[in-house]
Amino acid sequence: MSLLRLRNLSVEFATTGGRFRAVDKVDLDVDRGDVLAIVGESGSGKSVSMLALMGLLPWTAKVTADEMTFDGHDLSKLSARGRRRIVGKDMAMIFQEPMSSLNPCFTVGFQIRETLRIHLGMDRKAAQKRAVELFDLVGIPDPEQRLKAFPHQMSGGMNQRVMIAMAISCNPKLLIADEPTTALDVTIQAQILDLLVKLRDETGMGLVLITHDMGVVAETAQRVSVHYAGQKVEEQPVRPLFRAPHHPYTSALLAALPERATDKRLPTIPGVVPGQFDRPKGCLFSPRCKFADDHCRKVPPEPRGADLGLARCHYPLNTDERLAS
Amino acid sequence: MSAVTTDAPNTTRPQAGPVVTAKGLTRHYEVGGGLFGKPKTVRALSELDFELTPGRTLAVVGESGCGKSTLARVVTLIEEPTRGDLSIDGTKATPDAWKSLRSKVQIVFQDPYGSLNPRQRIGQILMEPLLINRPQMPAAEREEKAREMLRLVGLRPEHFDRYPHMFSGGQRQRVAIGRALMLEPEVLVLDEPVSALDVSIQSSVLNLLIDLQERMQLAYLFISHDLSVVRHVADDVTVMYLGRAVETGPKDMIFDNPQHPYTKALLSATPRADPEAGKERIKLQGELPSPLAVPPGCAFAPRCWKAQDKCRAARPLLDGATQKSACFFPEGDGTASPEAPKS
Repeated sequence: MSLLRLRNLSVEFATTGGRFRAVDKVDLDVDRGDVLAIVGESGSGKSVSMLALMGLLPWTAKVTADEMTFDGHDLSKLSARGRRRIVGKDMAMIFQEPMSSLNPCFTVGFQIRETLRIHLGMDRKAAQKRAVELFDLVGIPDPEQRLKAFPHQMSGGMNQRVMIAMAISCNPKLLIADEPTTALDVTIQAQILDLLVKLRDETGMGLVLITHDMGVVAETAQRVSVHYAGQKVEEQPVRPLFRAPHHPYTSALLAALPERATDKRLPTIPGVVPGQFDRPKGCLFSPRCKFADDHCRKVPPEPRGADLGLARCHYPLNTDERLAS
Repeated sequence: MSAVTTDAPNTTRPQAGPVVTAKGLTRHYEVGGGLFGKPKTVRALSELDFELTPGRTLAVVGESGCGKSTLARVVTLIEEPTRGDLSIDGTKATPDAWKSLRSKVQIVFQDPYGSLNPRQRIGQILMEPLLINRPQMPAAEREEKAREMLRLVGLRPEHFDRYPHMFSGGQRQRVAIGRALMLEPEVLVLDEPVSALDVSIQSSVLNLLIDLQERMQLAYLFISHDLSVVRHVADDVTVMYLGRAVETGPKDMIFDNPQHPYTKALLSATPRADPEAGKERIKLQGELPSPLAVPPGCAFAPRCWKAQDKCRAARPLLDGATQKSACFFPEGDGTASPEAPKS
């Protein structure tokens, strides 16, 4: 049984303009030791689906799912108290901006010891000892001194390490990293990604990496799930996805990368991600898709089989590739 | 989407020489001090030489704190350099000449959400530079120029009366580019112009920038930390570390045969969107030192895997013919820069 299993997850927000569906019928599975990357542009619902899982959405959000299980617990039936016991312990999250995710009023040491005290019931001494160990593990030099520092006294990379140390402090089974390196420089980004993969290897946790950076995906992930306007449009292991994307959106996204350019002019995807009021009737990508026809504009496609990367498309690309392999 | 038409508002001058020349450009800030304390110096930018040529792009890359944004502020005449010479179009850019030179250099900022006034309509945003710098221009002409610019940057005429919040990030960045071009500048400083945008939007904005450059023979100073974007748009590249250029040269030479260890590390750390490419990552230890306390000798020495005593004692100078690097023990095949025993 997989560690995390989501079936038909939808999230709707009650807005003044009516209901807005931010996540639309998403299925996801994550196993132990898995590295799943969720990619998509802003507004594709990648963060919201994970926040829904953690129970961190505001009350205006309505979360529905056929199945939402984590490590044997049914998250949809869990009380707020029961959920708090899991979140932060077995299921931890790293957020994009380390500076704004840490409390500026307390030292980082206090914040990491708090987690240890509450979830693992450690006393002060044990918590301090474990905190030093954790800081060592994530590569923060001089841990005893750094534990006494406030977030503003450290750099972004160091703060992100603190966030990671906090997230892994209770040996989580699942770590969700929401754009963990977007705010960091490339040399620091490389260090943080290596650290996450190393931790995955050592502890066997499942890792969900939310990102929009295709380079990070290519170097870190095993499986990739591509999201567009709230839907999962394709899911494949990383190599076949880059070699032979089946959904036109994935293909266009890859083609738009400057490093894949063959010409001075880059291929573009016309238009923008549909918002609340201009959601197309048929396929959500049809207004921007160069292959779309009337059928696409009228009938929303259902996910194809696993051999076609579960692509939500009437006319998936690279179908010969499937025959060849 | 590239609705760029043939009649650009700028009549291009056939000129081959550089439009901006900087020699030993330095900007230091004094911070702290207080009543009794001694003020400290932040060496944000030190002794930078470069030239910007019409129709060409100089990309400046480096991590945060390397002085990229200070450079942008100095080149756009927002701040005066502490030392060094900056001349624009043959005129020395001293503060008394700023007023006349400012229309020649314009800037596009990173964040298209923060850089447009939410209470101004797009038309007003585009017309404002003319209103301030060419007050004698008749209103009708001003509006005509703004509408022309709207078309040039690939927006539709009906967008003229809309507010910034009604646009996506990519469209806003088009407005910001349009605003920068209203005064028909010769130099455009692009401070991370696409890093706040999604990949699909990023490519269309890059295409627009390339189109505009060809059409108007603009000189670009392209500041970015994204090496894959830089590789696509740049002609020349300068790699900066702690306020100093550590390597500079034509794009292909820098990317294919980096001389400075930092350049090499930076290139290897940049994730490539190809899962099948073998990755050989140089892991740099530690972080950028504070520009308050730049290490003596080579600034990169504390993080460099081949640093020796010499590196910690003396600072290597930029050396080489076309591709210059500031390192005693350069990487690569060693053609560009033999060991340079300078102090």
